[in-house]
Amino acid sequence: MTSLKTMKKSTRTSFLTYAMVVVAFVIVQSLRVFKDGGVGAVLEGQLIPICAYITVALALNLVVGVSGELSLGHAGFMSIGAFMGCAMASALQDSVTLAPLRLAISMIFGAVLAGLFGFLIGIPVLRLNGDYLAIVTLAFGEIIKSIITNVYLGVDKDGLQFSFLTDRNQLAEGGIALIKGPMGVNNSARISTFVAGFILVMITLIVVFNLVNSRAGRAIMAARDNRIAAESVGISVTKYKMMAFVTSAALAGAAGTLYGCSQVTFTATKFDFNTSILILVFVVLGGLGNMWGTVIAAAALTILPEALREFADYRMLVYAIVLILVMLATNNPTIQSGLSRLIQRLKAGKGGEEQ
Amino acid sequence: MDFLTLMDYLIRGLSLGSIYAIIALGYTMVYGIAKMLNFAHGDVIMVGAYICFFTMNRVGAMFDPETQALAAAVAPALAGVLLSMVVCTVLGVVIEGLAYKPLRQAPSLAVLITAIGVSYFLQNAAQLLWTSSPKYFSPIVGSGQVQAGPLTISHVILVTIVACVVIMLALTFFTNKTKMGKAMRAVSEDKGAAQLMGINVNRTISMTFAIGSALAAIAGVLLCSAYPTLTPTTGSMPGIKAFTAAVFGGIGSIPGALLGGLLLGIIEIFASAYISTQLSTAVVFGVLIVILLVKPAGLLGKTVREKV
Repeated sequence: MTSLKTMKKSTRTSFLTYAMVVVAFVIVQSLRVFKDGGVGAVLEGQLIPICAYITVALALNLVVGVSGELSLGHAGFMSIGAFMGCAMASALQDSVTLAPLRLAISMIFGAVLAGLFGFLIGIPVLRLNGDYLAIVTLAFGEIIKSIITNVYLGVDKDGLQFSFLTDRNQLAEGGIALIKGPMGVNNSARISTFVAGFILVMITLIVVFNLVNSRAGRAIMAARDNRIAAESVGISVTKYKMMAFVTSAALAGAAGTLYGCSQVTFTATKFDFNTSILILVFVVLGGLGNMWGTVIAAAALTILPEALREFADYRMLVYAIVLILVMLATNNPTIQSGLSRLIQRLKAGKGGEEQ
Repeated sequence: MDFLTLMDYLIRGLSLGSIYAIIALGYTMVYGIAKMLNFAHGDVIMVGAYICFFTMNRVGAMFDPETQALAAAVAPALAGVLLSMVVCTVLGVVIEGLAYKPLRQAPSLAVLITAIGVSYFLQNAAQLLWTSSPKYFSPIVGSGQVQAGPLTISHVILVTIVACVVIMLALTFFTNKTKMGKAMRAVSEDKGAAQLMGINVNRTISMTFAIGSALAAIAGVLLCSAYPTLTPTTGSMPGIKAFTAAVFGGIGSIPGALLGGLLLGIIEIFASAYISTQLSTAVVFGVLIVILLVKPAGLLGKTVREKV
């Protein structure tokens, strides 16, 4: 392990993050395989959503932490991925029988579409800055939600059928309704697996780390730190911000497909403003630009409301209080210096006992 | 599309827009002074509506419905509005003091997340206190109507529009003519310089929260008079829309909040009448995006030149 110390800091961080995710995966997976009752029914049901949320939180961190733009509409990209990916999965039910392959194709489809929307929304959005960009992404998320709620998509032997606002699709015998407006999607088969989720998280980490530690990544961060200075040395700010935004949207889309294909049924209201905010909370609590922090925060905060279930009605209240207290503890100078003094005193006390 | 229906939609749009404008004032004043997006504002509206609902029921029960006709009609509504304003003002100041004041120097994203935490807290506390089953709010001015020529306008709509006009005039007077109002403008212009001139910045910010929250209480009462279903999440969607209204008009600008709120209300009503009810929200946000592309600082916002 001497090489670990001589590595570049960025390489070491990414290496340790990969290791952390792999170890967590191995532990959970071996518990599921070898132990009776696996990891418990509660956690078992949360495994795939955790993977999806980790992925979308990493994607959002690329926008908020690395590129420095606040996005309040990432649930919208997740929504596109979830609906289009699941529609693809249902449409391919008969032609591609191998479930993992079908999932992979659907995920890629969901990611490409979400990335495309990211590009379209990015053209106008990335010219704005600061809070205005946040509002436009918020608006985008809401628009996506109300449009998808009114989409009816079906497939039969004559091909795809599409109608808007009211269901006018006349599906022939054996046809499948892929998206049913306000009723959302009903999955005939839940093809997402924990292993697929793990692979998606690893791919996301590889993509994010390679982007951040590349020439493009340094350009993105330069544009974040000082837009004018970056422009003056010839960095095309819009181009690099767009690169981060589209990558992020595509990853969020893939996460959406993973999530969607793990649910029996879901509707567009699942991916509303609150979901966008939830993802943002993961990112901010994990640390802006800090990928391993994001992974831990996303996993912990997805489990927390489930783990607090014994408090029943009080759990979301506790969640809110924890959130406020953590933000105060990490950002208030008085509390911070108090905490560090406390830690020093503890350390000194321990040292005293040893002597 | 005959003229009468058009006027009817326009008046309903103005009424909805007035509510958005009153909420948007709270957002815009807080943003102008503390430079933060107070996401908990929508939930203060909800708290205000609940307080008014319970006060009205209590006070209303004290009167014998057959005697004292005028007092029985006026007293519950008045008590409800006043008490909810007082409670919301205190709530706003307490939230500011406990959650936002310790973060004055923190990055804006940290304050944003704290505001979201406060919003979750209020929603869930309301759910515990008052359960999530909807309450049916009876309008504060009854369900009467006024005949203005060929148009029929309900009392609620009339009161809403009048309240909005009165609030705007009072607020304009307050910010332009009083000492506190001048202090507010000074703080929003330059916090450091204001402090050097002997303005108590912390007190000014608390004052802004107090005014914003009192306005939120009024907005809550008016909102629930127009749309009577009251649940712990009642405030969040109007909150988001009012926030976009504030951005629409140029965030930080008081006339901008009025203009943005009214336009948003009118667009929403017309979109649901002539395009589709399900898509009205999408149309509202679509227009917002277009406006921001043409005028990135909102309709009445000041474009701040970046200095190098």
